Amino acid sequence: MTTISSVAAQDSALPRLRVDLLPLLLVPVLALLMLPLIGSFPTWVTLTVAGLAMGMMVFMMASGLTLIFGLMDVLNFGHGAFVSVGAFTATLVLLPMKGWVEADSILMNLSVVGLAILLAMLVTGILGWAFERIIIRPVYGLHLKQILITMGGMIVAEQLIHVIWGAEQIPLQLPTTFRGAFIIGDAALEKYRLIAVGVGLTVFVTMFLVLNRTKVGLLIRAGVENGEMVEALGYRIRRLFVGVFMAGSALAGLGGVMWGLYKETLTAAIGGEITVLVFIVIIIGGLGSVGGCFIGAMLVALVANYAGFLAPKVALVSDILLMVTVLLWRPQGLYPVAKR
Amino acid sequence: MSELLLQLEGVHTHIGQYHILQGVDLAVPKGGITVLLGRNGAGKTTTLRTIMGLWHASRGSVRFAGDDITHSPTPDIACAGIAYVPESMGIFSDLTVRENLFLAARGVKSADQMDEARLEWIFGFFGALKKFWNQPAGTLSGGQKQMVAIARAIVEPRKLLLIDEPTKGLAPAIIQGMIAAFRELKQTETILLVEQNFSFVSALGDTVAVMDGGRIVHSGSMAELTEDRDLQHKLLGLSLDTNQ
Ligand SMILES: Nc1ncnc2c1ncn2[C@@H]1O[C@H](COP(=O)(O)OP(=O)(O)O)[C@@H](O)[C@H]1O
Ligand SMILES: [Mg+2]
Repeated sequence: MTTISSVAAQDSALPRLRVDLLPLLLVPVLALLMLPLIGSFPTWVTLTVAGLAMGMMVFMMASGLTLIFGLMDVLNFGHGAFVSVGAFTATLVLLPMKGWVEADSILMNLSVVGLAILLAMLVTGILGWAFERIIIRPVYGLHLKQILITMGGMIVAEQLIHVIWGAEQIPLQLPTTFRGAFIIGDAALEKYRLIAVGVGLTVFVTMFLVLNRTKVGLLIRAGVENGEMVEALGYRIRRLFVGVFMAGSALAGLGGVMWGLYKETLTAAIGGEITVLVFIVIIIGGLGSVGGCFIGAMLVALVANYAGFLAPKVALVSDILLMVTVLLWRPQGLYPVAKR
Repeated sequence: MSELLLQLEGVHTHIGQYHILQGVDLAVPKGGITVLLGRNGAGKTTTLRTIMGLWHASRGSVRFAGDDITHSPTPDIACAGIAYVPESMGIFSDLTVRENLFLAARGVKSADQMDEARLEWIFGFFGALKKFWNQPAGTLSGGQKQMVAIARAIVEPRKLLLIDEPTKGLAPAIIQGMIAAFRELKQTETILLVEQNFSFVSALGDTVAVMDGGRIVHSGSMAELTEDRDLQHKLLGLSLDTNQ
């Protein structure tokens, strides 16, 4: 035993700790830098909360996509379809139960939105399962085909929405108690934005706990880094992937419901419109990194909101500029994922 | 001759259009260390990957513990009792040492349920793992990562360990430690060990096979090869000879 424990002695130099906190600082630094530029504190608060709310919704839509890419190298340009389908499915609850939406009761409002979200996530989760089987599975490992076929899937989904719900845009009413704003000092904080922040944080914390504390979560993280090794340890990576795909689709559906209520109108193009933003977010974050995706979503949404106020002309390209800047700093994104 | 645990017969493996393994016949008896030697590019890694189902044989058969696993998917092969330590080690760098071992322990649902006694047994070989138990594996040194990779393979009892060049790139002092660990391990385990470093394995191996050009060109007992310097010279060339 003495000879053996000497292995440890000879090779026990303390490993350097690798905590990468820099990207975490980006969001507060960006927000603080904007304060003097914007000038008015209440306006800054309103813009910042609006940005965070939007960021949370984008995070819900993007988080699944980044894992889907990380785990199986699948480029799913059809991810936006789940956003649209989620939002439209919610109308199946929200429109017939208009009374509950209009009622001036938090309980009724919460119930009806909760029910809409549940149904939307259920439908998009199941749709995700079918999408993975029918559209993704035949093109594992073939990027060009993935791009083409998933874009095709997206178009089919949009057309199906037209067939079922018609081509007109559908007004989506925000429940009564979700309307209005809290006034704190001179700053107005819209209630729904705060709700969106709350839901987004809940999703983030839940994902964080699952990915760090459960075996399935650890396997997902391990699979993102080295799927072959996960298989060699005896786990079926495809089964894991189907689960991630379904969960990611359901989260996109949730994001769709939240986003639809935020915009208060729905068109079938809602998912397609958000797709570009979602891809910018996961590229900024580092493909496969949920933490990076979260920060990326906040940055993208904050920049969009600040730019919309400060310089509306550059607002359209502000996210592209942000992405280019981040990639110049870290070419693999904020949190590059180690790949075998 | 003791009972055979693993047997490859006439195995051909293609990677894309390349015909890499060209009829490999390899037998691994139960117990002890079987060493697979051969120069760079001989096909040793491809042989291990074919056994593991990471490449599939286009011809021939792989039998393990009486079952034909030639066409089995990798997870099934792992569950049948083969553990794999790849040349690149394949550790999960974002995960802690503890989490790396936890994932390798298929039988347990939470990290707290890992077999304490067995972990202590592993720490006996690789004390550094105990020290860095809750560190991300990516922050460890090369030698420590190799310890994680081997520890993962033995965290639960397995029937066969496939270990690909564990001493590659390690400092001599650490290699000495590895030799000690393997000497202890072979008392209880069956190991198919790929190595280029003949001096490392000549003292460890029981059986040996030598590969070249995608085929096994020699197999027999290690003692025989260690004694026969002419055969060594013929099979392994000058570079290995000088290592002695
Ligand atoms: N992924 C691959 N694609 C093409 N050829 C490969 C691949 N992997 C290995 N080879 C080739 O197969 C041969 C055997 O490789 P390998 O099994 O890694 O040899 P060894 O482990 O004995 O050094 C080499 O000629 C190598 O170039
Ligand atoms: Mg090799």
